[in-house]
Amino acid sequence: MRVLLDNFSKSFGTTKVIENMTLEVGHGEMLALLGPSGCGKSTTLFAICGIHRPTGGRILFGDRDVTDLPSQARNIGVVFQSYALYPHMTVAENIGFPLKVKGMPGEDIRKEVDRISGLVHIGNLLGRRPAELSGGQQQRVALARALVRKPDVLLLDEPLANLDAKLRLEMRSEIRRIQRETGITAILVTHDQVEAMSMCDRIAIMKEGEIVQIATPAEMYNDPRTAFVAGFLGNPPITFLRGVMANGAFAIPDSEIRVPLPVSIAASEGTKLMLGVRPEHFTPAGDIAVSGKVTFAETQGRENLYDVSLDGGPLLRSIQPVRHDVNIGDAVTWAIDSKGVLVFADDGRRL
Amino acid sequence: MAEKSQVSANYSTWPVILALSIVSAPLVLMYAYLFLDTITDTAVGSLIPDSFTLRHWRFLWETLPGKPNIWLVTLNTLIFTTSVTAVIVLVSSMAGYVLSRLNVPARGFFLAGVMVLHAFPSVTLIIAIFIVLQMIGLYNSLIGVILVKAAIDLPLGIWLMKGFYDTVPWEIEMAGVVDGASRFRVWRSLVLPQVRPGIMALGLFSFLSGWSEFILPQVLAPGGKVQVLSVYLSSLIADDNNFDFGTFKAVGVFYIVPVLIVYALFHKYLMNIYGGGSKG
Repeated sequence: MRVLLDNFSKSFGTTKVIENMTLEVGHGEMLALLGPSGCGKSTTLFAICGIHRPTGGRILFGDRDVTDLPSQARNIGVVFQSYALYPHMTVAENIGFPLKVKGMPGEDIRKEVDRISGLVHIGNLLGRRPAELSGGQQQRVALARALVRKPDVLLLDEPLANLDAKLRLEMRSEIRRIQRETGITAILVTHDQVEAMSMCDRIAIMKEGEIVQIATPAEMYNDPRTAFVAGFLGNPPITFLRGVMANGAFAIPDSEIRVPLPVSIAASEGTKLMLGVRPEHFTPAGDIAVSGKVTFAETQGRENLYDVSLDGGPLLRSIQPVRHDVNIGDAVTWAIDSKGVLVFADDGRRL
Repeated sequence: MAEKSQVSANYSTWPVILALSIVSAPLVLMYAYLFLDTITDTAVGSLIPDSFTLRHWRFLWETLPGKPNIWLVTLNTLIFTTSVTAVIVLVSSMAGYVLSRLNVPARGFFLAGVMVLHAFPSVTLIIAIFIVLQMIGLYNSLIGVILVKAAIDLPLGIWLMKGFYDTVPWEIEMAGVVDGASRFRVWRSLVLPQVRPGIMALGLFSFLSGWSEFILPQVLAPGGKVQVLSVYLSSLIADDNNFDFGTFKAVGVFYIVPVLIVYALFHKYLMNIYGGGSKG
């Protein structure tokens, strides 16, 4: 079901958290609300599930206006960061609770619980209590409970934050699989760009209560609207060089480094600019040679990550297939791939 | 228990046990002697009993002259104690939730006020309460004294339950609401089970406190029909010229037996009062 936030605002007392936000999530789409803590992404989620009442604007599920409906009447499923399982109930009772509240007969509840626990692969755990489950299993139970009453919208509030790294990887694809199989509209709140990029159809990146950009993960990575977006996406992160416009090229003062810019970038002589260079665009294979000294090296198994301090101080990061001939302190001359650079104005706008 | 003995395996326990035994020996001896004394006769001036008798226990099967029937008194005590416990548990479990979770106006004032009431010694109120009860016609009735006792013990109960509710995660309630349950249903079937240890502790505490209450029934409900055991006990030695220590001791033993039973069965819940935890 389509979810529409129409001019949604929320403030707590005099603190305005979100002002006039408009966001549409398509039917069956999985959207990530991504942003640093305090950007209002959880507030948005809680408003959608009815725990926070909006101070302005409307919330629509399909064509139904749910702005003034209490949570109970919205038909949503929520997975909380802490899972919020009911500790005194067994797994089966936990999953069946939303149906029991509806007044469904016991026989039907059992059938539904069996169906959904098969979907999330916990059929053998139904008799246990939450305290007897591992983190990943609790996560699956929470997901089953959220899905059992066939909600219109599934809301996930940092669902993977409490899991260890390996399990997080597994649950990432599991949640995506279950979302695809059920075809449910889902909204994921996260501060982890890897989660957002790998699980969702589109990402809405938020900063200080505003959506900075909405796009598919690939679009957002290749074509970020601001330096903030470029800096938030990508691991290892992008590095920025500060310089000025000089003779149609990007120049760093007090150094020899010149990066020719495409003519489409209209900036007058001497304008301050920022150049974003992702680690994969600074390798021996680029076209603009730059020299510097390796100040940090880290191996990630398949790839090595280097920090290179350029003449004049600025830092560039490089990721390359594993090699053993470069160590910390070595002078290197690698090259920036001019097609990969992102040019930003001094205030962070993309040019 | 098995875990405890494992933990203590790295130091020897007998000095501790010995020290505790020495300290508690006088208490144990006194209780043992008290019991022995109720079923024997002792010559004047001696400490050694010389003959067995059930004379001191005769209050169980015959009504002492000028005193109400012991079984009526016991029944009164039971009604008094269970009613007080029920009122305290019921009101505290709801009031504690409201003060912990709902946005009630003047919440801080209520919490502070309740705390002040708790700090107030009930004896200082007793004359005023006496007059109030007499005016509304509840003097010398069990209902009157039950209400007073419950009201005086409620502040502690409310604070205790609030403390327990504070430890229940918000997300559980949010999840319940999102799952479609009404706020009352959430409280009843999701939150209340999390604070069960608190309810058990409070119930037990109120039971013991009600059972041993003396001054309120003595002042507010002294009449024979509504007497409770503590009042009955004190009436045995009220008359300076004619008191019977043997019977007094026997009634005393009779009076503490239920407390011992309850305590033996439920003492682990009582510990929760000071733990305040919510491990269900």
